Amino acid sequence: MSERLEVKKTYKLYIGGSFPRSESGRTYEIRGKDGAFIANACLASRKDLKDAVVAARSAQASWAGATAYNRGQILYRIAEMMEGRRDQFINEICAADGISPKDAAKEVMAAIDRWVWYAGWSDKLSVLAGSTNPVAGPYYNFTIPEPMGVVGSIAPEEHSLLGLVDAIAPIIVSGNTCIVLASSRAPLSAITFAEVMATSDLSHGVANVLTGQKKELAPWFASHMDINGLDISGVDEPSMISDIKTAGAQNLKRIHSFNGAQNPQRILAFMEAKTIWHPIGV
Amino acid sequence: MTEFEYAPALESRSIVTIKPQYGHFINGAFTQGSNHFPSINPSDEEILSHIALGNAQDIDAAVDAARVAYESTWSKMSGKERGKYLYRIARILQERAREFAVLETLDNGKPIRESRDVDVPLAAAHFFYHAGWADKLDYAGFGESPRAHGVAGQIIPWNFPILMLAWKIAPALAAGNTVVLKPAETTSLTALLFAEVCQQAELPAGVVNIVTGDGSTGAGLVDHPGTDKIAFTGSTDVGKAIARAIAPTHKKATLELGGKAANIVFADAAIDEAVEGIVNGIFFNQGHVCCAGSRLLLQEDVAEEILAKLKVRMAKIRVGNPLDKNTDLGAINSSEQLQKIRDLSQTGDEEGAERWSPDCILPGNGFWFPPTIFTGVTQAHRIAREEIFGPVLSVLTFRTPQEAIDKANNTPYGLSAGVWSEKGSRILWAAQQLKAGVIWANTFNKFDPASPFGGYKESGWGREGGRHGLTAYLKEAESNNE
Repeated sequence: MSERLEVKKTYKLYIGGSFPRSESGRTYEIRGKDGAFIANACLASRKDLKDAVVAARSAQASWAGATAYNRGQILYRIAEMMEGRRDQFINEICAADGISPKDAAKEVMAAIDRWVWYAGWSDKLSVLAGSTNPVAGPYYNFTIPEPMGVVGSIAPEEHSLLGLVDAIAPIIVSGNTCIVLASSRAPLSAITFAEVMATSDLSHGVANVLTGQKKELAPWFASHMDINGLDISGVDEPSMISDIKTAGAQNLKRIHSFNGAQNPQRILAFMEAKTIWHPIGV
Repeated sequence: MTEFEYAPALESRSIVTIKPQYGHFINGAFTQGSNHFPSINPSDEEILSHIALGNAQDIDAAVDAARVAYESTWSKMSGKERGKYLYRIARILQERAREFAVLETLDNGKPIRESRDVDVPLAAAHFFYHAGWADKLDYAGFGESPRAHGVAGQIIPWNFPILMLAWKIAPALAAGNTVVLKPAETTSLTALLFAEVCQQAELPAGVVNIVTGDGSTGAGLVDHPGTDKIAFTGSTDVGKAIARAIAPTHKKATLELGGKAANIVFADAAIDEAVEGIVNGIFFNQGHVCCAGSRLLLQEDVAEEILAKLKVRMAKIRVGNPLDKNTDLGAINSSEQLQKIRDLSQTGDEEGAERWSPDCILPGNGFWFPPTIFTGVTQAHRIAREEIFGPVLSVLTFRTPQEAIDKANNTPYGLSAGVWSEKGSRILWAAQQLKAGVIWANTFNKFDPASPFGGYKESGWGREGGRHGLTAYLKEAESNNE
């Protein structure tokens, strides 16, 4: 009896709920820490980013318009779907990062739990960052946090799965939509994760995943005029950070960088405060 | 029936003493300064004083003084004591309110009614409000013991000189920062009078430094390696230049920039109140307001009625001597700004909009522009897209609520918006849909230190006022944001 040949996965991009190849037709080789070939990943282009921004923009109003309860449930659903694919994520991370199955399992469980943590924030943000303001006059005045719109996100190279969660969850929980560039070195679990999102009732276009080279795509993230905010936690080189901020100034993008800690400031950084006044009187 | 004319009711200017020349306020004392330039009263072009043009040495000295004050005094002082200084400043501003109001009107050209009733009282209120935060920073939202940034470089515009100073200095000091503030080139006098207030309050030397000058002075302050935080209010173009200038640094910034606010009137609005709100929205402070309701969106059913009433109301606007307590519309702040308003208005004519102003006699000297509306404006017109920053209103119409929202949001700006309707659910829906940081519903141009102010998109970064504004001057004890 001959050994069964494994059916291997073609890793593609995740844009607007579909899994297209890069329009550029380009791929690059992903190898494990031991140098062994794992798969080809799409080398996303500027055009892929533009397509993803269009998808994200189209999805934004209805995602922001969903109730916070609904968004929270969908984020929680992502955790549920991840749990079911735990072994797959562990295997992928072991191969890509060359870490022990035990360490990989730890990271995957942390990533799942982080979705649970973020999911719970959806209906508490206005308690945290909203206020009624006692103005000196007969006005009812209140401030509410609102999603910013479309936010780009450059995920860190290391901790490719947990870093990816931090690059997506805090952005979308409030009602933003996002385009994330996965770890350039280890992007495969990001695409598997896109399959999770695709089966979690997350509306198409709310989160879009690109794989490719940071150096090539980061400047296009920075200069795109329909991206409102940018998480550059995955960018370490000072010159690249400076270039991104310079290009981002053209539409005054809100550009932030965080370390890995769970912190609601990651959510609030990509929200706007809206203050509403109305007279009080008979 | 006899028409009674308003008799002139001039506020006396004897309460203010303006020196012929000013230096900078650095480390608690006035310097001589150099390269002085004239500062004029825009209502009659009288030279009021000569203001020093801050150069690199002045900025060095001011930033050094602020750094030393931060390290040695201000950051070591308890919040309670810092707050008491701010309370003192608030009280002195109240005591000297008339003096500040008259000086502001002389220097800026705004009606005394506004400087007296809005600018100066609100400036004092900002200090009073933030004074109370100084010993309560643990509750500002960053957890226990949040830290100040250090030295804040602050650059303010000419439209609300003392008020913008208060918006900048009060939260910075409450949070424990020290400041170097550069007032606008054409309106430095109330900032220099504020320096005297700091002296009277016995504020430790170097906590507040004021360096006067032009854009080059401001750029020097932004670029100075000793400033940790930049706060700017002004044009979007300069805001973007600042964002680029600090890109290679770790400096934090708040930017309050331009706007092109939509003021939406639905057919079910209380029409007379809406007309008052439209007038207040665009003609308050000569329209020199970043959040001015400069795009009026009228629902078609009521457009004619509102325009007719608006014209009647505009004919009652009294334009003239800003020191006259009856004056509604004062002088344009500078000849440059007047030229900009004229140029943009001319594009309105050229692009096919219809201009209307009431008959009004403008004074011969000084810089003046009549209250003006353009009807038949389309979204493509420059006067519907660009900030005029003057008493010029562009009027557009809409049929459905969704069309109003689409038009209102069709701008790179997102500072403010107005909504007029007697239907609660419609107001809340519109407020939710509008991409702007401040929504005035059945009111317009209201400000309060407890109320966060600031914009979406290209209207800037961050908020001023309220807890939200305070956080711009703080960072977490163990920062996760670096």
